[in-house]
Order: sequence, then structure tokens, then C-alpha cells
Amino acid sequence: MKQPVLIKKGAEADLYLADWHGRKVVLKKRLPKKYRPSALDEQIRAYRTIHEPQLMHEAKKAGVPTPIIFLVDRKNTTIIMEYIEGKQVKQLLNEVSKSERRSLCFRIGESTGKLHEYGIVHGDLTTSNLIQHPEGKIFFVDFGLGDKTKELEARGVDLHLMKRALQSTHYKFAEECFESAIEGYSSVLKSETSENVLDKIREIERRGRYVAERKERE
Amino acid sequence: MKNRAAEERYCLGIESSADDFSVGISTFDGKILANIIDAYVPPEGGIHPREAARHHAEVASKVLDGALKGSGVKPQNLSVIAFSQGPGLGPCLRTGATVARALASYLKIPLVGVNHCVAHVEIGKLETGTKNPLTLYVSGGNTIVAAFDCGRYRIFGETLDIALGNCLDVFAREAGLHQKPGLPFGAVVEKLARSGKQLIKLPYTVKGMDVSLSGLLTAAVTLLKKGECKLEDVCYSLQETAFSMVTEVTERALAHTAREEVLLTGGVAANKRLQSMIRSVAEEHSARFDVVPTEFAIDNGAMIAWTGVLAYTHGTVTEIEKSQVRLRWRLEEVEVPWMQ
Repeated sequence: MKQPVLIKKGAEADLYLADWHGRKVVLKKRLPKKYRPSALDEQIRAYRTIHEPQLMHEAKKAGVPTPIIFLVDRKNTTIIMEYIEGKQVKQLLNEVSKSERRSLCFRIGESTGKLHEYGIVHGDLTTSNLIQHPEGKIFFVDFGLGDKTKELEARGVDLHLMKRALQSTHYKFAEECFESAIEGYSSVLKSETSENVLDKIREIERRGRYVAERKERE
Repeated sequence: MKNRAAEERYCLGIESSADDFSVGISTFDGKILANIIDAYVPPEGGIHPREAARHHAEVASKVLDGALKGSGVKPQNLSVIAFSQGPGLGPCLRTGATVARALASYLKIPLVGVNHCVAHVEIGKLETGTKNPLTLYVSGGNTIVAAFDCGRYRIFGETLDIALGNCLDVFAREAGLHQKPGLPFGAVVEKLARSGKQLIKLPYTVKGMDVSLSGLLTAAVTLLKKGECKLEDVCYSLQETAFSMVTEVTERALAHTAREEVLLTGGVAANKRLQSMIRSVAEEHSARFDVVPTEFAIDNGAMIAWTGVLAYTHGTVTEIEKSQVRLRWRLEEVEVPWMQ
């Protein structure tokens, strides 16, 4: 195996590009965090290392593209998975036309709807965790904070996080992007279910300590 | 009493958003000449907004007098009055706002309404010399990870329910602990946690760059009430779990924004354990770490005065008619023209 090359020093894991039996793979290694007690740290890393590949596998069944998992090394808290060619949606959103942006976000919403319908929440729906393959498919990556659940609350938080990620990183077109994503999302789930999720998002936002929406209600 | 140079210009800032009433005075070039803080300590329970407001009204003239005398600035030499316009508790904010309006109209000088959260970030930058940091702002009312981008401080992560300081305060009260001036609940819990040894498993809830602390609080209180664990161990476990969560989201935001400076500010910034955790992630990402000095970490008038200077010198004046307090004024709603 050729020497792996560090491609991204993430917050919780280092990502290496490597050659694994002739395949181009990504090595995702969750490193110990010195700031938290080692018992807690080991618990968190072990749980996420096992949990993430399971969710990625389930996501495929839901019809959402995710990298193929080749190996889960629990002891070294490392996952070896398929390398996905393409561009991060984070970058794409700034490069494409308005109509392309809308269709991209619609499809992201659709896939999120499929995940939720199937009983998965992603847990960290930022545009850095979405990769568009040159052939057009949008891959979802980084399921470390995801969960297997059909709870309304979890679904609402999932979409609330997507909205917030758009607002902090793509504030210029956050609104139109989220609107398109919701259109895509609602096209997958039954209208009653998606209405409930939308109501939940509003409720979550009102829960925040300092939001105008809460005041209107009081 | 010192004699101030005649050409210097001053802003007097009033902070009253929660349990502290404070007056600070800053020169236009960022020298803090006074920062007098008078804390309201409830005899029992949490802060009752009306009781805290009554305290603020009672101490206002004494604190104001102390700041003016201590700085050697005469009222007629003030150029601007700034006040904390929100977010915060209504009755408390209104008390400070009333004092500010009275002063500004009596002295016939401009009034500037300042966002409390922006002020915490700005005083942190002033005191530590950081320029464009990723800021973790943790207090009794706020838990926010923010960084400046395109005209405003953008919120990358925050709490989905209660604030970190609130979590520690409520736990301390439920545990029957007592606070006194100079030794707030957070410091009491921190001290006990230092003698804790056993880490008890508590809910660890990170969602994207957000945290949820209410489940953790409930679990810690339940655990304590069962009476099977030592208070020190519960304090230790609560702190380790809660701080690990906010540190994790800070690191996520740091990796995402790739900033070269990390600033820790707000009342909980005084906690040494939290400082060491945030320092650790800053080092990990080759970023400089700074923490605001305690006097400026808690709610204080100096931060309002200094932010008032920044706002005023960049064209912001608040008409008295439009100076009503804004209880839920979010950090990211504020234009910040003094950053590039």
C-alpha cells in the first residue's frame, strides 16, 4: 500500500487518500481527543466508528448514494471507504447558476426525505458533507452524528441544522436553497408527514432563547 | 482624582441585561478607565427579573458615581452614552435603558444601543488583541460559536435548549449549593469538580455544530437525588461532559472556518477546566488561544462602552424614540461595520 496522503484534517477525524488493493480509498481515522477524559473519548470514538458505516449502509437501501465501506477497524477507530470523485456542494453552490442551485438543493432535499422516510437522520447536514459526482449523483458522507430514528423531533433538528448551515456559510442564497430543499423533501414524504416536520422546525426555532418568532407567540 | 487630557473623548456604557448592573467608561481609542460591577445575588432560587431590576434601580446612582469618580471623567466631558439594548431580561434591560436615556438627554449627547452579545465579543478582542477570531461565548444566557463574515458575526453553533451557565447554575441550586458575591455557582461547581474522581456516564448530545444540554442537566440532577454518587463526582462528570460537548462543536466550527484565533468569552470563560479544553483544540489546529480576563468575561459596562465607541464612530446613533429594549436581539442580526 502506497503511503496514505492526508487530505483533510477534520474536527473529529483525519482523512487520508490511499491505495487499498488497487482501489482508491479514503481512510477515516478518528483520533483521540486530548481535551476530554479518555474513558469518554474512547466511548464516543468507538460508538461513532461502528455506527457510521452501519448508517451509510442503510442509507444505500434508502436510495441515497454513500461511499462503499471496505473495512471497519474498531481497534484503530478507522474506517476504509470508497473515494468519491467530485466536488463538495459547499463549493458548487457558489459556482453554479440560480436554476442549477435550485435543482441541486431540490435533489438534496429529496435525498434527505428518502433518509427520513427510511428511518435515518444524518445529524450534520452541512454542504461540506455532500459531494456531487461528475456523473451527477449527490453522495452523502459523514454519518458520525446520525441516528436510526423516525422521531419527528430528530427529523426536525436534522433540517433545522441544514437551514442553519446554509445561513452561516451560504447566507447570500440560504433562503432560496432551503426553500428548494424543502420542496424536494416534501415531494418524497407524505404531505402530512412533511407538514409535521416543518411545524417541528418552527417549534425548534422558537425554543431558541433569542428569536423573534418566540416573542410573536407569547 | 486623575486629570484627563482635554482632547480625549469618552463613552459611558451601561450594562443591565441580567443579574449585574455595571457602568464602564472607555476612551475612543479603547482604554478602559472604569468598570464597576454590582451583582444581584438572589437570597434563594434563580434570578427573578423584577427583583433584579429593583436591585439595578437601587444601585444605579452609586455605580454611576463610582465609575465617574474612579475614572476622573466629568459628566460634561462624556461624548456618548451606550447601553445594553438586548438580548436579556426585560425589566433589567429597561432599568439600564432608562438610566442611559436620562443621562443622554440631560447631557445632550448621543445615545447608542448596543447588542450585548456583540459587546462580549468586542471586549474579548480588545482585551486580548485578537483580530478575527472564532469565538466561543458561554454565559448564563448564551452558548454561541460565532465568527465574523461579510458584515456580521455569523452563528455556527449554539445550544438547542438551555445555556451552559444556566445548566451549571440550575444544577448547583438543585444540589443545595450556595453562591455569594465573588463566588458564583459556576465557581462553586468548578471547585467541587476538582475533587471528583469517577466519571459517571451522562447523556452527550452533539447535533451538527449545536449542543443540547437540558437532557444532561436532568440526568445529573436525577443521579444526585438518587443519592448513590458523591456530589464531587457528579460535578466532575457534569463539567467534563458539558464542556466536552461545547469543545467538540467549537472544534467543528474551527475546522469549518479555518480561523487562526480562538477566543473564549462570557461568564463561563472564567472556568479553568473549560479554558484548558478550548486551548487544547486551538493548539491542535495551530490557532492562537485567548481568554478574556474575568473582570471582562462576566457582564460588564466596559464592554458596552467600548462597543458603543465602535458603533458611534461608525455612524450608529440610537434616537431616544427608537431606543426600546430588544429582548431577543440575535447576534447575527447586527451589522458590524467596524470590521473590514
